[in-house]
Amino acid sequence: MINYKTVNDNKCLVIEISEDFIIDNSDNIKLKDAINKIESLPEIAEIDFDTTALKSWDSSILTFLNHIKSHCLKHNIAFIKDSLPGGVQRLIALAEAVPERKGVRKTEVNRSYLASSVAAIGEKVVNFTKTSKDMLAFLGETTIAFARLITGRYKIRGSILMPIIRECSVDALPIVSLISCLVGLILAFVGAVQLVIFGAQIYVASLVGIAMIRVMGAVMAGVIMAGRTGAAFAAQLGTMEVNEEIDALKTLGISPVEFLVLPRVLALSIIMPLLCVYADLMGILGGMIVGVFMLDLNVMEYYNMTRDSVSLNSFWIGIFQSFVFGILVALAGCLRGMQCKRSASAVGEAATAAVVTGIVAIVVATAVITVLCNVMGI
Amino acid sequence: MLWGFKHLDIKTASITLKNLTEREIGDIKVPPDLTVKNLPDSMKTPHIIVKNITMAYGDLVIQQNLDFTVNKGDIFIIMGGSGCGKSTLLRHLVGLQKPAKGDIIYNVLSKNSDLEQNRQKEINFWNTSAEEQRLLMKNFGILYQSGALWSSMTLAENIALPLEAYTDLSSSQIMELASLKLALVGLAGFEGYYPSEISGGMRKRAGLARAMALDPDFLFFDEPSAGLDPVSARLLDDLILELRQSFGSTIVVVTHELASMFAIGTNSVFLDPVTKTMIAHGDPKYLLESSKDERVINFLTRGEGKQIV
Repeated sequence: MINYKTVNDNKCLVIEISEDFIIDNSDNIKLKDAINKIESLPEIAEIDFDTTALKSWDSSILTFLNHIKSHCLKHNIAFIKDSLPGGVQRLIALAEAVPERKGVRKTEVNRSYLASSVAAIGEKVVNFTKTSKDMLAFLGETTIAFARLITGRYKIRGSILMPIIRECSVDALPIVSLISCLVGLILAFVGAVQLVIFGAQIYVASLVGIAMIRVMGAVMAGVIMAGRTGAAFAAQLGTMEVNEEIDALKTLGISPVEFLVLPRVLALSIIMPLLCVYADLMGILGGMIVGVFMLDLNVMEYYNMTRDSVSLNSFWIGIFQSFVFGILVALAGCLRGMQCKRSASAVGEAATAAVVTGIVAIVVATAVITVLCNVMGI
Repeated sequence: MLWGFKHLDIKTASITLKNLTEREIGDIKVPPDLTVKNLPDSMKTPHIIVKNITMAYGDLVIQQNLDFTVNKGDIFIIMGGSGCGKSTLLRHLVGLQKPAKGDIIYNVLSKNSDLEQNRQKEINFWNTSAEEQRLLMKNFGILYQSGALWSSMTLAENIALPLEAYTDLSSSQIMELASLKLALVGLAGFEGYYPSEISGGMRKRAGLARAMALDPDFLFFDEPSAGLDPVSARLLDDLILELRQSFGSTIVVVTHELASMFAIGTNSVFLDPVTKTMIAHGDPKYLLESSKDERVINFLTRGEGKQIV
């Protein structure tokens, strides 16, 4: 409850606060009333309080008084706090003990939606040189490290390489099996619907075989590994950055690129072609399931048709693609991990960025390789 | 007899050489202490010379005009209020960050098998080849605030990594050394544990064991006692003193802990966040006795002023 009365010929406004002043939804209204009351009495020179009937209070009374105080300051009205409860007085004094430092407060620029999106684009453009410079520097460092590896000036120990290889090979098999098999199945279904019209069901085998072996096996394995291993690499390296572990390597004179990035790139570029072969097989198996159970093809018939229609060239193209994807996914993961800032949320962002970068890189690389193959007539 | 004589000869030669180089170093203009305490000259072999450096993140200057010398065998304390750039200074000293201005010079004994070249050598960290930087960093042992143990490796492997990177020892020798270092910090038997399986205090001690792996000439500690109970903190102080005594390393410590500062510190620099520069330099105990600067005294007495002392 708040009551107002004026004393001293309307010179002094006494605000009587009684019963409870506890935080609730009416705080804004109370404040507005008080300010209105003060403004309705232009001749008052001071504000006093009467809190003899105040039973309990909490932080909301402080914000209330704070607002009134700053209003008083603005309009040259004296703010008399002597009759406030001792605790309130002390807390007000405490809050004012360290004044706000100049320039500390972050200024938020109020922009319209359009303006802020334009600003965001501008920021991206301004940062573009820096990000591409970072990326180039990272690629350069990796290349140098790789050259040192080839010339024998640096050795990767098996104890470091093997766990990474296991993590991105055996552990990934179940998900690669499932996805590739389903992709083969879907391809066969979609193809069958059309081919059955012409009575050419048997060509489902060619369709699935060529599609899986030439492109889809590599791409699906690549996408799975980008989501699984690329993100894991980024999270691992990001956590190491947050935990100062990368600093610990640097100050030992051990290059993080040689020690962390190179084994990962190497592991994934070795494993991806193998995973690709496996994905090819699983895809063909998926197609075969549709062929045998839906289109009543013979297993041997399906197998022979697949063997006849898939050329060795297609196989090598698929393998080459997967090798490239392995390098790209590992590089994307490691790059984002190394760029990670020093906070827990940055690790999550790094993992997300790694997946996005990895998948974009895979799609772009597929397009480039496909066009190149076309030009070369393979 | 002949052997003994020869040995003596080499030893004298090396001592003469050492004296010679020490005098050479003595001629380098050492920046005057702001609060001077003159140590006997024999103790003053500059080991790290910080020459007028400015630290900055982009345009934001953290500290400027830092000018001090860390002598060999010092336990050098970097102190100052929160956010004044103590850890940043440490990052500069260990070569993780390049000063915006100024030089950091390390005085190392180049360990060459050839006697003629076995002499003190000054290396300006940011003005030398990458290979030299790497060799210098081999002489650094760093204990990070959180321990920064490599979480994918066991404690023994953590300590073994620097040894593998820089020595040709066999793996059994390396493991033996790793066990020894763990035993030195009171973690015997924890070789096969991963950093996530041990407590924070143990992680810190394991970090110390790793920092000591190569018996470095320079040890850097970033808030060694933060997050430790008083007794563990005291034990860590004792360990640091013991290390200096036994290995003769130069130790640089960033700390807030007053008790530990006075217990172990032999020299210090006080950074002020407002003026963005150093406002005192010298033995912490001496600073407490004789500093006239209110900010320094306030800091060293937990804000209680001089009369408490």
